[in-house]
Amino acid sequence: MDIIIVGGGKVGGALAEVLCHEHNVTVIDRNEQRINSITNDYDIKGITGNCLQTANLEEAGVGKCKLFIAVTDSDEVNILSCLIAKKMNAHHCIARVRNPEFDQQLVFMREELGISMMVNPDFNSANEIAKVLRYPEAINIESFAKGRVDLAEIRITNGSILENLALSQLSRRLRLDVLICAVQRGDEVIIPNGSFVLHAGDKIHMTASHRNMVRFFKSISSAYREKRVKSAVLIGGGRVGYHLAQQLREMSVKVKIIEIDPKRCLELSERLSKVTVVCGDGTNQDVIREERVYDADAVVSLTGIDEENILLSLLAKNNGVEKVVTKVNRMNLMQLSETLNLDSIISPKSITVNQILQYVRAKQNSDGNNVATLYRLVNDRMEAIEFVVREHKDYVGIPLKKLKLRSGILIASIVRGNELIIPKGDDFLKVNDSVVVVTTNRGFGDLKQIFD
Amino acid sequence: MNYRIIVYIMGQILRIVGVCMLLPIFVGIYYGEHHVIASFGIPSAITIIISLLFTLKKPKNTAVFSMEGFVSVAASWIAMSAIGAMPFVISGEINGYINALFETVSGFTTTGSTVLADVEKMSRSCMFWRAFTHWLGGMGVLMFVLAMMSSNDMRTMHMMRAECPGPNVGRLVSKSTFSARILYGIYIVLTVSEIIILALLKIPLYDSVILSFSSAGTGGFSMWNDSVGHYNSMAVEIVTAVFVIIFGVNFNLYYFLIIRKFSAVFKNEELRTYLCVIAGATAVITIANTGIYNSFGESLWKSFYMVASTITSTGFANTDTSQWSQFSQTILLMIMFVGSCAGSTGGGMKVSRIIIIVKTGIRELKYIVSPRVVASIKLDGKPVEKDVIRGASNYFILFMIIYAISIILISHDSCSIEESISAVTTCMNNIGFGVGQFSTSGNFSGLDSFSKILLCFDMLIGRLEIYPLIMLFASKKTH
Repeated sequence: MDIIIVGGGKVGGALAEVLCHEHNVTVIDRNEQRINSITNDYDIKGITGNCLQTANLEEAGVGKCKLFIAVTDSDEVNILSCLIAKKMNAHHCIARVRNPEFDQQLVFMREELGISMMVNPDFNSANEIAKVLRYPEAINIESFAKGRVDLAEIRITNGSILENLALSQLSRRLRLDVLICAVQRGDEVIIPNGSFVLHAGDKIHMTASHRNMVRFFKSISSAYREKRVKSAVLIGGGRVGYHLAQQLREMSVKVKIIEIDPKRCLELSERLSKVTVVCGDGTNQDVIREERVYDADAVVSLTGIDEENILLSLLAKNNGVEKVVTKVNRMNLMQLSETLNLDSIISPKSITVNQILQYVRAKQNSDGNNVATLYRLVNDRMEAIEFVVREHKDYVGIPLKKLKLRSGILIASIVRGNELIIPKGDDFLKVNDSVVVVTTNRGFGDLKQIFD
Repeated sequence: MNYRIIVYIMGQILRIVGVCMLLPIFVGIYYGEHHVIASFGIPSAITIIISLLFTLKKPKNTAVFSMEGFVSVAASWIAMSAIGAMPFVISGEINGYINALFETVSGFTTTGSTVLADVEKMSRSCMFWRAFTHWLGGMGVLMFVLAMMSSNDMRTMHMMRAECPGPNVGRLVSKSTFSARILYGIYIVLTVSEIIILALLKIPLYDSVILSFSSAGTGGFSMWNDSVGHYNSMAVEIVTAVFVIIFGVNFNLYYFLIIRKFSAVFKNEELRTYLCVIAGATAVITIANTGIYNSFGESLWKSFYMVASTITSTGFANTDTSQWSQFSQTILLMIMFVGSCAGSTGGGMKVSRIIIIVKTGIRELKYIVSPRVVASIKLDGKPVEKDVIRGASNYFILFMIIYAISIILISHDSCSIEESISAVTTCMNNIGFGVGQFSTSGNFSGLDSFSKILLCFDMLIGRLEIYPLIMLFASKKTH
């Protein structure tokens, strides 16, 4: 597939890195140095120039491209370049649009302007954070098969009932159908088998139906009801903060935003209702004490500086806050914070990349590829992919224990109609099943490829 | 530095060389030269075994930064020259390893200088290998490796930059593998068409293959002592002249022709300048040569042929240039520096670099006239990136420093001043002939071993454009 990416910044670069293995990628950016470094690092073609100039777009081959992704730092440029690309016969266009002022007209832009997908990283990050706050034990939750399957990331704490439990005993012990599909222990990512024993400090990724997931959380923390997040403090009132406050209000959580810029505070208080907006420096200990930040159930650090966010979260954690969420933009800092024992880290960049990747994989459907959803887990070292069995192939109808899977692959769940199956050896695939596969390898485009 | 990946890349390149060495065996068997089976088979087997050992395990860390890219390419070129020289020694057709090495380096770098006084004595299989080194070295072995890869997860840009000539190397299409395939595709099609045209002119097939390999790599090895002049055929001269000029043009332009972007070709400033320099130099030399030849037509043709052969860094000859006036010979020496277009198989400093350097000079003059002027340097109507300008100027400076050092070092040998200068000029620009004892009728056998090794380095420096070789030896200090 020919893909053009406009804007070679953090998101553009990450997209190029992933997509260049399977697709023909061209990146356009005004900044010559960026183009130089990105073409050096990845197998792509780079064009230096303005992405609104038709000459540059033509050089990139817009007319023949399947997918046009605009991720420059300006919303207007993104929208406009998508429009121009559309006029020059690009098949599908994706624009990153961040300004909440455009929120109301997303449908208009999709239907009238023909932009296939609008990505709003701030809104998506807010969504992600809200999801994490809903299940306080979880670090991260994703959903598959139109919400029928949940994939949760959980850290096993000291004294948890999961500690020192072999996986084969898990279902019997909890009387629930859940499947642990990956365990992150230290630096290693393991796809475990039945004899694997969980330890405190492990991070596990598990799939279950939505109902079972809720029950699972109830049973691992008997005090689940009481532990529900009832109040949250957001430090930093940027766009993510705005979206998050809105969503938390809908979950009837008490929200307090601490923002340093008086103008922005005024704006927030005008736009948001039932949210306390405090004007002050969220990194100042006096302000933190005065506003009783550490009494809240959850603290979310959303300032524009990664380092500040990490420090704020560490402080909150040390002061006994149940749930701490940190926004980190730079990937390399994310790896560092793993060692700092901060569990919920949200990166708007990787969320955007994930979303666009899902779209790209889904678009391959027409080219004989049947990926429906894709998530990248554990700092992109693992992928969870949902396939749809579209037609009768030789692996259909054969019990799973007779099929030979490649190494590093696990079939996490099968969705048949409304029913969720946590697969055992006797289960088999049928046409129209959705299959969720977890793998440490990359680049699977078809279900066939997972079998030996 | 990531030594594992360097070894891995070297293994990939050596495997290609090893396999290519099997070709002369078939040629040898066909012409009944059975002794060559050993002389090519042994080095080929050794090379393939080494390459298999090198590529046995793919390194986990595939990070290739510019240092790794440059070092691996330079090391590979030296290794393949060392191995490529072995058949000549084993078969006993070239006396002494140093001589054979000089001949092979001269082949791979498409220089075309020879140490053989009588080329015609060489066996057909060795002759084939000698011409084939031109062909392989012309477009580059690493490019061949890239073209063969199904996909790659290495940062290939740094390696391409190390091997492709020119100030600004980029991909034609978004994948390095496809870019390399396109370039090799064009290369093969052009070479084959030259073979066919020559064969149609009633030249024996073997001769036309050798001639085509030589002109495709813009090398200059010939199977006759009097080079192309041996055939005494105007048609052969026309075909080779036209083809060396074609091979001296940036291959990207042929791709533009294929995808019907004609305007990009016609507006190409480098191509125009290249053709203008050829025309200008031909005109001046023709006038200066009128007294030497019988007719104006002959003078024009001989001058044009030699200019085309020189500027593309081929080194074919249809006349003895040592009989020309000092003036004409000096012009030939000067256009050696200009060389062919970036991204071609030719050598020299490259026309686009010369254009950029001249324009920088003109801009400097503008600054003197009005110090506040803001002037940008443009190529093809587009401003040239700052790094490219800096790169071109610095390349020129480094080139000249190495040039001067080489002349000083070689002058210990008993040559005249102009002979030493011409020897270094011809080697660093990958041309093939100089003046005096190195002229088209002479050869390089008169030099001692030290000079030959020095010239080998000069040829590699010219072909790989300085930096890779310097990196290879400087890498230890900068770790």
